[in-house]
Amino acid sequence: MTDTAIATAPRRFGDNDALVARRYRAERRFKFYGIAAIAVTAVFLVLLFADILVKGLPAFIENRITLPVKIDQAAIDPQNSRDPKIIRAGDFDAPIREAFRAMFPDVTSRADRKKLMGLLSSGAADDFRSMVMSNPALIGQDAKVPVLLSDDADQYLKGRQTGVEKYVGQGTMTAVAEGDKFKLTTDAATLPQPGDVIRMNGGAFRILSVGNGALLAEQLTAPKSLDPAASGAWDIVRFTIPEQNRRVDDQEALWLEHLKEQGVAESGIAWRFFTSGDSREPELAGIRGALMGSILTLLVTLFLCLPIGVAAAIYLEEFAPKNRLTQIIEVNINNLAAVPSIVFGILGLAMFLNFFGLPRSAPVVGGLVLALLVLPTIIIAGRAALRAVPPSIKEAALGVGASHQQAIFHHVLPLAMPGIMTGTIIGMAHALGETAPLLMIGMVAFIVDIPSSFTDAATALPIQIYLWSDLPEVAFQSKTAGAIVVLLLFLFVMNAAAILLRKRFERRW
Amino acid sequence: MDAMVNTPLAENAPRIAREKPLKIRARNVDVYYGEKHAIKGLNIDIPDGAVSAFIGPSGCGKSTFLRSINRMNDTIPSCRVTGNIEIDNRDIYDKKLDVVQLRARIGMVFQKPNPFPKSIYENVAYGPKIHGLSKGKADLEEIVVTSLKKAGLFEEVKDRLDHSGTSLSGGQQQRLCIARAIAVNPEVILMDEPCSALDPIATARIEELIDELRQNFCIVIVTHSMQQAARVSQLTAFFHLGNLVEVGDTDEIFTAPKDKRTQDYITGRFG
Repeated sequence: MTDTAIATAPRRFGDNDALVARRYRAERRFKFYGIAAIAVTAVFLVLLFADILVKGLPAFIENRITLPVKIDQAAIDPQNSRDPKIIRAGDFDAPIREAFRAMFPDVTSRADRKKLMGLLSSGAADDFRSMVMSNPALIGQDAKVPVLLSDDADQYLKGRQTGVEKYVGQGTMTAVAEGDKFKLTTDAATLPQPGDVIRMNGGAFRILSVGNGALLAEQLTAPKSLDPAASGAWDIVRFTIPEQNRRVDDQEALWLEHLKEQGVAESGIAWRFFTSGDSREPELAGIRGALMGSILTLLVTLFLCLPIGVAAAIYLEEFAPKNRLTQIIEVNINNLAAVPSIVFGILGLAMFLNFFGLPRSAPVVGGLVLALLVLPTIIIAGRAALRAVPPSIKEAALGVGASHQQAIFHHVLPLAMPGIMTGTIIGMAHALGETAPLLMIGMVAFIVDIPSSFTDAATALPIQIYLWSDLPEVAFQSKTAGAIVVLLLFLFVMNAAAILLRKRFERRW
Repeated sequence: MDAMVNTPLAENAPRIAREKPLKIRARNVDVYYGEKHAIKGLNIDIPDGAVSAFIGPSGCGKSTFLRSINRMNDTIPSCRVTGNIEIDNRDIYDKKLDVVQLRARIGMVFQKPNPFPKSIYENVAYGPKIHGLSKGKADLEEIVVTSLKKAGLFEEVKDRLDHSGTSLSGGQQQRLCIARAIAVNPEVILMDEPCSALDPIATARIEELIDELRQNFCIVIVTHSMQQAARVSQLTAFFHLGNLVEVGDTDEIFTAPKDKRTQDYITGRFG
C-alpha cells in the first residue's frame, strides 16, 4: 500500500510556461473581443447620430426674405378702428405679392409671375397678419416685413437642391438672336459648358451646345438689350445638379440667386418648428402639436401608472400571501411586459373606444393605453427596488413596534423610492417613444390644431415622425430628422434624470 | 396545568429564578420552518431583572426561540409555532393579542447594527413617535436624550444628533440600536448576538451597558461567545439540535454542568 503511494508521485503545480502563456493569450484575446465589440457599437452609434444630426439640423433653420412693404391703411383698417377683428379680416396677401413682384420688374408674363409667387410660402400672409395684429401702430407705415420662403426655395438656399458655382466672365460676350434661339460668341479662353447659364444685360441664357467657339443658347429671361457685354459685366452660373433632377428649375434658381445677391435673403432659427402644429406645407409645419399631444398623453400615463404601479408593487412584494394565485399574477405581470405593444393598442381600441366610447385620437385614451403598456415595467422595477432594501431595516422597524404597514411606508418605501422613480422615468421614456399602440386608437392623423385638453384630437411625437417620413417633399425629410432630434433629446434628458436620481440617492448599507 | 409537568421543581430550579420574579414562561414550545423541526418541546422560565443567555452551536434553535418571544417569526411565512409562551402570565400567541403592541413591549437588538438611514435623533425618536409616548417636542427630545444616555452614547453624539445614524462606527451603531429599543421603554430586551459584528473594545462597552440595563429590564441575549455569556448573564440556557439541554445559573452551568453535551460544548469539544 505504502509502496504504491510513494511510487505515484503526487501531482503538484510546477512551472508550466506553456500553460501560463496560453492563459495570458486567452485573456488578451478576450480583451480584444470586448474592445472590438464596443468599437463596432460606437461606430454604429456615431454614424446614426451623425446622420440624424446632419439631416435634422437644417429643420431648425429657415430662410426668409426681408421685403419693404407699405402697410396700407385702406386695405387693412379703412376706418382706423384698431379693432383686431377688422384688422384680422384685412388683405395681407396682396401687399406682400406686390412688394415681391417689385423686386423682379422684368417678370411680366402670367405664368412667370405665378412661378415667382411660388417661391413664397403660403403662410407668408399669415405671418404678416400676426405681425400687424401684435403691433397695430404699423398700419399706414412702411415696414420691413420678413417673408417666409416656400420649402423648395428654402431647400435651395440651404444648398440641398444643387451646388452653385459662379464665374465672372472674362472677355466680351455677344449674343445674337438666331430663330427662337440665341447664338453667343465670346473671346474668353475657357468656354462655358452645356447647361451653364450666362447672365448678361439683365437677362439669362442657358447654353444648349458648344461648337466652334460659338454657343447655342436659349433664353430664360429676356435681356434689356443685346449689346455685347464687356469683361466682368457678365457671368456664368453653373448648377452641379441637372435641372430635371431637382425641384427648383433654372429660372427659379436664378431668381433666388438674385435675392441672395441683393442681400434680402437671410436665414434664421426656425422657432416656427417649435411653435406651430402640423401643416401640409413643410416650411410651416412644426412639432408643437405633437409635442403637446405627447405631453398630455404622458401626463395621463404618469398619473395612472405611478400610484397604481407603486401600490401593486408594494402589495405584491410585502403584503400578498404567497400562494398560487399571486404566483399566477406575478408570472403574468412579467408576461405583460413582453407583450408586443400593438396588442395593447388593439385592446385600447376594443375597450376604451368601442366599449367605453371614449373619443378617438384623444390623449386621454393614448395615456390609458400607454399606462397599460408601462404598468408592468413600473411594477417590476418597483418590486426590485423594494426587494433591494435590506430586510434588516424592516426588522428594525418591526422590532420597535411599528406595524407592518408603518415599517413599509416609513422606512422601506422611502429607501426604495429612488429605484421606483428610476423605473418610472425609464418606463415613461419607453412610453414617449411608443408608436404602435397609438396608431390603433387613431392618434395617427393630420392634426393642425394644437391640443389643449385631454380629449382634443392629438398626435404624438413618434407618430408625427412616422407621418412626416411618409411624405414626398424633401423638406419633410429634414423635418422628420429634426423631430427625431427633439425626441432623442427628450429621451436623453429623461434617462439622464434617471441616472442622476440613482446616483444622488444611492445608499450603501 | 398539564403543561407544568415538565417544569423543573422549585427546589432544583436555578437560584436566580427563585430570587427574581418570573417574566417569560415557555411551555412545550415547538417551532417548525416548513418541514424542519427547529425547536422541540422547549420549557423555560426566564426571570425579570436579570440577563439570560442562550448558548449553543449554530443552528441549534436559540435565535429561533428568541424571535418567537416577540413573534418576529410571524414575518417568515413558512414558520409555525405551537405550545405556550407567556409574558407576565399572558399568552403572547393569543389571537386577540395585538402583535404590534407586543413588540413595543419587547425591544429587540439585532446581530448586525441596523440603524435607520435617518438622523440619530430620528432613529431614537421613531418608536416613541409611532406609539404616541411623548407629549410634544420637548418631551420627545427628553426621551431621546435619556435613551441615548442610558445607552451610553449621548456624550459621543450630543453635537451631531442630526447626523445620519449610519455614519457612526459599528459599536456606536449598536448602542444607537439599543437606545432605539429602550426609547419605547420595553419590559424585555431581546439581543440576537449583539456583539458578533463588533471589535473587542466595542464589545466590552456593550457588555457593560447590558449589565447596567439589567436593573430595569428583563434581558435575553443569544451569544456564540461563552465568555460573554459567563460575563454578562445570570441564567444560561444551552441549546443543542433544537433541544433545550440544560438551564441553570450561569456560574453552575460553566463550573458544574449536569449534562454531558453541555460539558462538551463549554469545554470546546464541539460547536
